[in-house]
Amino acid sequence: MSTQESNFQRFVEVGRVVLLKAGPHSGHIAVIAEIIDHNRAIVDGPTTGVPRQSFPYRHLTLTPLKVKALPRNAGSGTVKKYVEKEEIVAKWDSSSWAKKRAAVEKRRTLNDFERFQVMIHKKGRRDRVRKLLKSSKA
Amino acid sequence: MARSKELVHGVGRLSRSQVFARRALYKGQKKGETPKAAEPAPTKEVTVGGEKNGGKRLVPTSKASRFYPAEDVPQPKKSRKTANPTKLRSSITPGTVLILLAGRFRGKRVVFVKQLESGLLLVTGPFKVNGVPLRRVNQAYVIATSTKVDLGDYKVDEKFTDAYFAKGAKKAARSAEEEFFSEGKPKEKEAFPESKSADQKEIDKAILASIKKTEHLAKYLKASWGLSKGEYPHQLSF
Repeated sequence: MSTQESNFQRFVEVGRVVLLKAGPHSGHIAVIAEIIDHNRAIVDGPTTGVPRQSFPYRHLTLTPLKVKALPRNAGSGTVKKYVEKEEIVAKWDSSSWAKKRAAVEKRRTLNDFERFQVMIHKKGRRDRVRKLLKSSKA
Repeated sequence: MARSKELVHGVGRLSRSQVFARRALYKGQKKGETPKAAEPAPTKEVTVGGEKNGGKRLVPTSKASRFYPAEDVPQPKKSRKTANPTKLRSSITPGTVLILLAGRFRGKRVVFVKQLESGLLLVTGPFKVNGVPLRRVNQAYVIATSTKVDLGDYKVDEKFTDAYFAKGAKKAARSAEEEFFSEGKPKEKEAFPESKSADQKEIDKAILASIKKTEHLAKYLKASWGLSKGEYPHQLSF
């Protein structure tokens, strides 16, 4: 058997940080603590408010983050300790993925006048960029 | 007047709309009074024969009918229902920016001033900002935004009532010709009453002063509102 490396980067594995996409904790991240079968895993997010539960893979997304050396089937306390040690939440919050999600969420909650102000500011930015580009070309 | 013959007590043969059609009140109430005929004297004197009858006697001019209904005449039941005054939506307070959804100024953002007796909302553009004059609108055709223009303790004049906006009764022109032309030339437009434009300015003055305090607010009121692709009003917050 050849030992060719996989082309995939993220795997369903113990310690993988996942983003939940359904249910009451949708939008929060959690850590895979144990794999149940090819459909579900036990996820746990003691620092993000996600209680330990079984979660189907179709309703979660794998992130590039991973808790290193997390023991199999670790309890909530252990998961918490590992997550805090590696500052997973801070790493996630500083990722562009999380930032973009936060921005989309923020935009959604804007009221009519705030949306209008965003439009004005975007127009202003476009204008400045265009003028700068023109002056730099000349 | 009883066009709808009663089938049973309280139930007429015709529906409410059928009665309405037959009464033809939509053609306008009949006006003008017919001159009253002089009432005939209730009694008259007649001479009676016979010695012991006194010679003369007062007799009623029209003899009372010998028939009278023995049963009571049914009276229509008086309705004790009254219309409740319209409730103002809790999201609408004086100074709230509203989006008009219907009518000539649909899509415009306007400032709410007060609610009138009839339940309609008194709004103003302000006229100088977006061309919407002092106007009455139904709150059903309005989106209330969370944006407020601070009116402070501005007191709205009492004269702004529903009567202020009512149009005076005007005789219809006899012909289309007469309506639009005079002496072979198109009629000139009637000028907007000066008192009303003064009222508009008076009310807008206070509002404009407070609009100026917030950046982009005047621009916002001037811009009209609409939905673009992928925007759904039930998912937006206003």
